[in-house]
Amino acid sequence: MFLLEVANLSRKYGKKEVLKGIDLRVERGEVVALIGPTGAGKTTILRLLDLLDPPTAGKIYFAGEDVTHSPRLKLETRRRMALVFQKPVVFKASVHDNIAYALKVRGHNRRDISAKVSSMLNTVDLADYRNRNAQTLSGGEAQRVALARAMITQPEMLLLDEPTANLDPLSTSMIENLIQRFNREYATTIIMATHDMAQGQRLAHRIAVLMNGELMQIGKPGEIFSRPRNMKVAEFVGVENIIKGTISSNDGGVVTVDVDGNTIEGISDYRAGEEVSVCVRPEDITLALSRTSSSARNSFPARIKLIASSGPLVRVELGCGFPLVVLLTRRSAEEMGLQIGKDVYASFKATAAHIIGEAGV
Amino acid sequence: MTEIWQGFVKAIELIVSLDPEVMDVAWRSLRISAASTILASLICIPIGGLIHFRSFRGKRILINIIQTFYSFPTVAIGLLVFLMISRAGPLGFLGILFTPTAMILGQMVLITPILLGLTISALSGVDKAIRDTSISLGATEFQAIWAIIKEARYAVMAAVTMGFGRAISEVGCALMVGGNIRGFTRIMTTAIALETTRGELELAIALGIILISLALIINVALNIIQQRYT
Ligand SMILES: Nc1ncnc2c1ncn2[C@@H]1O[C@H](COP(=O)(O)OP(=O)(O)OP(=O)(O)O)[C@@H](O)[C@H]1O
Ligand SMILES: [Mg+2]
Repeated sequence: MFLLEVANLSRKYGKKEVLKGIDLRVERGEVVALIGPTGAGKTTILRLLDLLDPPTAGKIYFAGEDVTHSPRLKLETRRRMALVFQKPVVFKASVHDNIAYALKVRGHNRRDISAKVSSMLNTVDLADYRNRNAQTLSGGEAQRVALARAMITQPEMLLLDEPTANLDPLSTSMIENLIQRFNREYATTIIMATHDMAQGQRLAHRIAVLMNGELMQIGKPGEIFSRPRNMKVAEFVGVENIIKGTISSNDGGVVTVDVDGNTIEGISDYRAGEEVSVCVRPEDITLALSRTSSSARNSFPARIKLIASSGPLVRVELGCGFPLVVLLTRRSAEEMGLQIGKDVYASFKATAAHIIGEAGV
Repeated sequence: MTEIWQGFVKAIELIVSLDPEVMDVAWRSLRISAASTILASLICIPIGGLIHFRSFRGKRILINIIQTFYSFPTVAIGLLVFLMISRAGPLGFLGILFTPTAMILGQMVLITPILLGLTISALSGVDKAIRDTSISLGATEFQAIWAIIKEARYAVMAAVTMGFGRAISEVGCALMVGGNIRGFTRIMTTAIALETTRGELELAIALGIILISLALIINVALNIIQQRYT
């Protein structure tokens, strides 16, 4: 059974359809990242899931029960989950009282509250801040208080709305570590909105791409990158090589795509004459100094236009009739003596070429 | 002119020597107004919270009506309460006409609009995120309202102080339902009104000084609350 199941969830503000028939199933213990550009509806969907706002249509099932409109289940269900808002909100009270809030409203006794809050303060590394006025905290500290306050009851489902927006890298990695810890130690199911694709990849088991109120695609992070469903998703998640062309033939699922006179082979159902885009992940492309024979169906002579290193990796931009970005390790770049202006061969397999139609699905 | 000056000097003497009559009247004023303010607050703050929290048809109009009653004439309130508790009135059986209880009731009615209205506007100043946060952390409606009130505690305190200020300084209602009975329902405002007409200026001036000082203290307190905490 899924912990959360959402069917045809829709929300309108006035005439504007902010969410359009979202279907989503989340398993217990899963981390799902909701990714989408600003205005996509991420906050809206989290508010619906937390039962703060009612949907205009559709159903929400929590632990198998329809909780969409039931006043009876509303409080009970809300008490099994928690939402951390995009903008950190703290009560005008001490850090301790902020974190204790959810226990207090559930009627826990003082000793229990004190013990739980102390242990949580240690977890989020704010033990020294216990009696500080929460309003004097920095953004990162306030966000940790908000996270601690939400997690104090060990909810079954934690909803996070851009938990690291506007935070510096150190605070961001602290929050990310906490999120992972909560997921591992308490098996908390987590749904988090973010517009940081890399963060989604780091934290989530699955990524749901939300654009313009529609759930465009949901799948494992690698899948979204290597097989984006359509151009919008490919562009949003930052697929680096998107090559436009026309199918020139389809031989039992193996297609050839004509790109300004060059030919790329790939696997697809599209028929001859259709306009498509070919997506190739930079790490799926290999470089060689001479034309070697390999199983790769696609091999192009290319000239290096730009080399930029980032950490252990080197990013190489090539021209081979169309632009191509390749990612390889610094070591292999050095061994091959890559430099701007050098001629190389770029190869990738037909299965590495993901082909999407212009219209998209 | 000398008469006024002499009255003034005598009045200071009365205050400094803690004259029993002056102290008795001042103390009664404080007690009655404090009681009416506390009781009215206990009713108005939660109701104000509820009005703020819920959305319903006519909410805007209700708030406008409440605000209109801020400056409702005190004698009109006095008349209303008098009619209610006089022997022939619906609450006549209580037999509280011309008692401190009647005065407390009158002042409660008098300051209810101010307390309600100022509470509602105090709560509207609280970030809507506070409401969402408490609800999402599992608060019931009343727990969420309480969280919002706590968030606006200084503005709510200012509202209560305003209510107390209006209660202690009004004369019409206290005179009509209290009757200004010496040693029983005589308070500062009614005593000032009476003693002045009787030509007993020193007593009136002494009470006037105390009343003005109180008003001053209340205002300073209000200012401190507003500057330090908002
Ligand atoms: N209360 C509201 N009334 C009217 N329109 C709203 C309301 N709340 C949200 N919207 C609209 O719904 C759309 C989606 O908003 P939402 O806040 O869910 O986006 P988001 O994906 O969270 O964006 P961001 O990344 O900027 O936080 C936006 O166009 C927004 O203007
Ligand atoms: Mg948002």
